[in-house]
Order: sequence, then structure tokens, then C-alpha cells
Amino acid sequence: MSDPNITREREPIFSAKILKLLKNPFNLENPITVQVLGICSALAVTVQLKPAIVMALSVTIVTAFSNLIISALRNTIPSRIRIIVQLAVVAALVIIVDQLLKAFVYDVSKKLSVFVGLIITNCILMGRLEAFAMGNKPWPSFVDGIGNGLGYGLILVIVAFVRELLGSGKIFGIPVIPRIFYQWGYMDNGLMILPPMALITIGIIIWVQRSRTRELQE
Amino acid sequence: MQHSNKYIFIYSVVMVVVIAVSLTIVAVTLKPFQDDNIRIEKMQNILASVNVPITEIPKKKVPEVYAGFIKTAIGINNSGEVIERDPAKVFAIELSNELKKPVARQILPVFISVLKTGDSIFVVPLRGKGLWGPVWGYISFKNDFNTVYGVIFDHKGETPGLGAEINQDWFMKPFIGKQIFTADGSLVSIAVVKGGAKPGDLHGVDAISGGTITSKGVQKMLFDNLTNYEAYFKKHMK
Repeated sequence: MSDPNITREREPIFSAKILKLLKNPFNLENPITVQVLGICSALAVTVQLKPAIVMALSVTIVTAFSNLIISALRNTIPSRIRIIVQLAVVAALVIIVDQLLKAFVYDVSKKLSVFVGLIITNCILMGRLEAFAMGNKPWPSFVDGIGNGLGYGLILVIVAFVRELLGSGKIFGIPVIPRIFYQWGYMDNGLMILPPMALITIGIIIWVQRSRTRELQE
Repeated sequence: MQHSNKYIFIYSVVMVVVIAVSLTIVAVTLKPFQDDNIRIEKMQNILASVNVPITEIPKKKVPEVYAGFIKTAIGINNSGEVIERDPAKVFAIELSNELKKPVARQILPVFISVLKTGDSIFVVPLRGKGLWGPVWGYISFKNDFNTVYGVIFDHKGETPGLGAEINQDWFMKPFIGKQIFTADGSLVSIAVVKGGAKPGDLHGVDAISGGTITSKGVQKMLFDNLTNYEAYFKKHMK
């Protein structure tokens, strides 16, 4: 069941190619800042760091395993129903993750509420399945899934860090801004808690990234 | 690669069955953990309504603390008679299910906590509608069955920053000390007043600007649920 288009040679588990799959999503192929996918949840779950991290991990797990499963099945999947098969696999994985969250991190799962379920419709997933897993072996696909999940998670964590710090003056729910600042007239910015500022924060991240990375300049 | 219709059909059937079986296994294995979480959350809510600082109690300790605070629980009917005395059974009552039944067959829970001073506190569950979905909570009364001792509200998905503020302290704290009966003994509940309650208003608190429908939902929830308990309260009022 091997694809004739792919070389038969055995590659080392962490060859340069594989490492590139892991690294690229952090910068040159970042799902959020370059491909502009998965923005919806990036706006919604980044008010605080803890839910953002759980969301990032959930997405990473789902992208990694759905890539793995679809890649393993890629030669058996009838092309006419491939999107349905992909969706079914993703949906099943998301439900499993949701159930696990409900069982073991109940308070976080309440905060994430519908957004875990909405991972199913996260474009990053379908994008990776169609663009990568359908044409590559399971191991590279698995790594690609992890890379993209973490690339997505990185942006989520940065945005959540900025929003929680400026919006509530806290990090992981612990107040970090000294009281004396408030006495001097510093105030938490309530606007940071609302979705528009998440979009602006992502915009600033994209700006910084593009101005520093030559390859991304058009 | 083109596959035959038969292949596609069998493929989808097998896929669906495999997925269904694995999801069922996951759901059944995790159910006890999830139920436990829901049970503990309910205990935390009831404790919060009698002003126990629940954030300081580790999750594992909650049942123990709960047992220490809530000594008894009873189920009453609409005319104020006690019809259920088993605390475990009362705890298991889902108010949202009861409210769907005909009035005569409803069993309404009352949780009773005894303070160190010897006074009893009576906790009543609440259930109503907000803007986007259900809102709920618990309200506790001093033994005059009139003065609010503590309150907690929560919601499924009210607008963050607006309606969702009902579970914040600034909204809940003002309920404490308010009264639900007027001096002549008629039930007025507590109004959530748009534009702000007048200072000294015994039966009103401030509403949330921009959260009008949720505020009204809370007001209606209080009135509707307390009406069910009116008979019981009046019987035991001092």
C-alpha cells in the first residue's frame, strides 16, 4: 500500500525534512498569521492563558491524530467521499477530546464551551488533511499535524498572554501588576477582553512577523 | 483511483460503525467522572449561596465541606408540605425537570444549613431563561424566610462583559440583605432595576447596562421560582 510518487527509501525518524515540517508552521507557514486559518477560535478563547493553552493542546492532538489516521487510510479512501471521511474522523476525535476535557478539566471545558466542538470546523484541520495527509505517509503527516497545531497554539498563547496581562492584569489568573501601579492611576483595559482587540493583537503579530521575514513580503 | 459504488457503500458503513463503537466506549468509560464533576459543581454552588468561599476549597474536599454545612435537605410541594425527607434524593432532583411537570406533581428542593450561631439558612434553587440560554442559581434566606443571606447565579452562554456579568460578585453581592416580602406579607421578590435601584430599596438591585434581557431574565427567574415556594415560606415565617 505504498504511494508510487513517494521515494521508497527509509528516512531517519527525524530527518531534516521532518524537522522542517515541525518548524515551518511556527513562522513561514503559520496557520494563523500566514494562512489566516482558525481565526474564529483565536479570537474567542484568548481572553485568558489557561483556556488558550488547553485549546492549543486540543487542536494539536486533533490535527496530529486526524492527519495520522487519514494518512494511514489515504489509499483506501474513495475519492468521491473523502471529505466526508475526513470530517467523520475529525468529528470523532473532537468528541473524544471534548469528553476527556469534561471528565478531567471540567472548569476549563466550561470556559471553552462550544469552541471545542467547533474544532471540527477549524479550517486548519481540513486544510492539513487535504493538502498533506492525503498525499504523505503517516509519520510525516503526524509530525505535520503537531507542527501546525503548535504553530496555531503559539499565536493563541501570545495573544492570550497580551490580553490577560493588559485586560485583567493577570497571568494564569494570578495578579502580576503591582497594586501601586493602580494607585498611580493605571487601569486594566476592558477593551482587551473583547474580541476586537484580539483581532488587532493578531494584526500586530502579523505586522511584526512580516516586517522581520523577507520571504513573506509581497 | 476510482472505486465502485459497492466499495464506497461498504466503506462508509464500516467507518460509521467503527466510529460509533469507539465513541460509545469513550462516553461510557468517562461518564462516572463527568457525573462526579457535575455533582461537585452543584455542591459548590449551594455552598457559595451560603457564602462559603468555595474557591479556597480543593475539589476533593468539596463533598466533605458540603456535608459539614448542609445538614438536611427536604423536598416540598407547591402547597408547602414536606413530601421528601431523604437528603440524597433531594440532592438528585433536577429543578429544570421538575418545572416541566404539572404543578401538583413537582417536588421542590430546599437545602438547610445550620450556622455556628444555631440559626438555619434555607437554600432554594433557581432556574430561568437569559438572552441566549438558561440561567440558574441558588438563593439562601435567613430563618425569617424573607431576608436574603447569599446568592449565586450562573449562565450557559450569556454575552461576555454584558449578560455574563450575572455571575460576578458586583452583581450578586447587592442581593444580600434584600427582602422578598413587603411589610404586609405579599411576595414581591427582588427586582433587577434598569438604571439602578434607589438607595435603600429593600426589594431591588442594579441591573447590568447592556444586559437588559439577561437582567430581566434573572428578575423573572427569581419571581417565578420564589412563587413556587411562597406557601412553604409563609407557613414557616416568623
